Amino acid sequence: MKKNANSRGSLIQRLVLAPYSLWAVLFIVVPLFFIAFYAFTDSQMHFTLHNIRNVFTYRINQDETLPYYVMVFGRSLKLAVISTLICLLLGYPFAYRIARATPRTQSILITIIMIPMWMNFLIRTYAWMVILQDKGILNGGLALLGLGPIHVIGTETAVIIGMVYDYLPYMILPIYSVMAKMDNKLLEAARDLGCNGFGVLRRVIWPLSLPGVISGVNMVLIPSVSTFYISQKLGGKMKLIGDEIEEKYTNFDFNGAAAIAFIMMILLLVVMALLQHRANKRSVA
Amino acid sequence: MKTLSKVYTALILLFLFAPIVILIVFSFNGSNSTAVMSGFSFQWYEELFHNSNILEAVRNTLVLAVASAVISTIMGTAAAVGIFRLRSKYLRAALDTVTNIPMINPDIITGISLMLMFVFVGRFFGLSNSLSFWTMLIAHVTFCLPYVILQVLPKLQQMDKSLPEAAMDLGCTHFRAFLKVEIPELFPGILTGMIMAFTMSLDDFVISYFTAGPGFQTLPVLIYSMTKKTVKPTIYSLATIIFFVILALLTLSNLVDSDTDKAIKEARKKKKAKNQAN
Repeated sequence: MKKNANSRGSLIQRLVLAPYSLWAVLFIVVPLFFIAFYAFTDSQMHFTLHNIRNVFTYRINQDETLPYYVMVFGRSLKLAVISTLICLLLGYPFAYRIARATPRTQSILITIIMIPMWMNFLIRTYAWMVILQDKGILNGGLALLGLGPIHVIGTETAVIIGMVYDYLPYMILPIYSVMAKMDNKLLEAARDLGCNGFGVLRRVIWPLSLPGVISGVNMVLIPSVSTFYISQKLGGKMKLIGDEIEEKYTNFDFNGAAAIAFIMMILLLVVMALLQHRANKRSVA
Repeated sequence: MKTLSKVYTALILLFLFAPIVILIVFSFNGSNSTAVMSGFSFQWYEELFHNSNILEAVRNTLVLAVASAVISTIMGTAAAVGIFRLRSKYLRAALDTVTNIPMINPDIITGISLMLMFVFVGRFFGLSNSLSFWTMLIAHVTFCLPYVILQVLPKLQQMDKSLPEAAMDLGCTHFRAFLKVEIPELFPGILTGMIMAFTMSLDDFVISYFTAGPGFQTLPVLIYSMTKKTVKPTIYSLATIIFFVILALLTLSNLVDSDTDKAIKEARKKKKAKNQAN
């Protein structure tokens, strides 16, 4: 009797899991193979290495030292890393400040942080274009103070401002959620044992908050590397790797788009594995 | 130190909200400039409510968000229950990995990968255009599912295993025990998952952009094509409305939250007092 009930249970289990398993294979796993498939075929669906080779060899001018797409990849990575570091620098103390507040203040501050997140990011980014453009609000304000004008729009600075603005909450929230669970007694113990403020931060708070930092870094770095809207609106003619994919998509060059996407995917996997590896090493140490 | 922390908090909040305040102010601009304020008017709000493109996009966005939230909540809850009871470690690890893919992958990869598959399948069946409401719905359900699963799974882990067993001992069938005992226990997780799925779908631009057909546009995709050209302040009035709707919803949910918190605390107090009296 008991055995019978168990086997019926497992049948229900399988039925309950079946739709999702099927969905996940069809719409998560298989599409990724389509990126590889398109990356390694031409428009007639014949095998070719041309698309992939193109990413590593294409130059607009023959005398350029770096191939074009390698340069764009480098630029995307550079801007994304800088933005992520700025987000960490700005967000970490802020997350700490929220975590130290009373429960009521905590929930108010978290709600306030989330409001911009819930606004469409296209509109948020567009607002920065209005602020930063040459005859925009920033230069208007500077003129009132008898300063400026400064040229920001179209520079790397503008793109970094956009990235930091759009993704700062994604850095604050995971760090906060780890810090909120941190045991106050540990901090007190460290102080009692003779740690100064910086020592407590370096030896207790930072290592404990590391999981939050890692997920915050992931949540800022990945959308920053792959963005195309921020660079379109704030970067002027500057292109990031997301722009290249988007441009090939709008020109119906699906094979070219897939090749860049394929390499981006592998690159990000390597970066994330390295990040995770360092985090594991640290937590062991 | 205290003043430093206050100044710092104020600066961060200023950074986060200055652009939004500017949007709101300019939505009332008397001229069509997006940089110089001249006079006050409601003309952009009027124009907004007469723009049938925008209204249709709002309707599309809501329909899509509701549909993908409902589908992903049902399928995701069932999946979480299945994953939780899975005995095979390998199968569980494999499913966990696959579930994480849409959350780790950049949106542009998810979008492109789905688009390529839809185009391929469309070509296979000889369709000239394979992207439509249905492809978008598939895409949205796909990226919403992991969030639902990750909300429901922890609730299953927290649940007292003896509860459904007790129900079955008392004569419930598996299915009835699930409906009457487990679902109510999981409800907070299911609800949070559904709200997350709804808002993710509402807000998504990148994946929608790659999987949207010409006949079905959501608001973010429309905003994208609007901001390709020079923009009139209509988009600001739209942003302003969105902002206040979100503000109202968040405030409301905060109030409800603190109310339930209070209710729980009071119930606990009463219980304690009762126990002490006994």
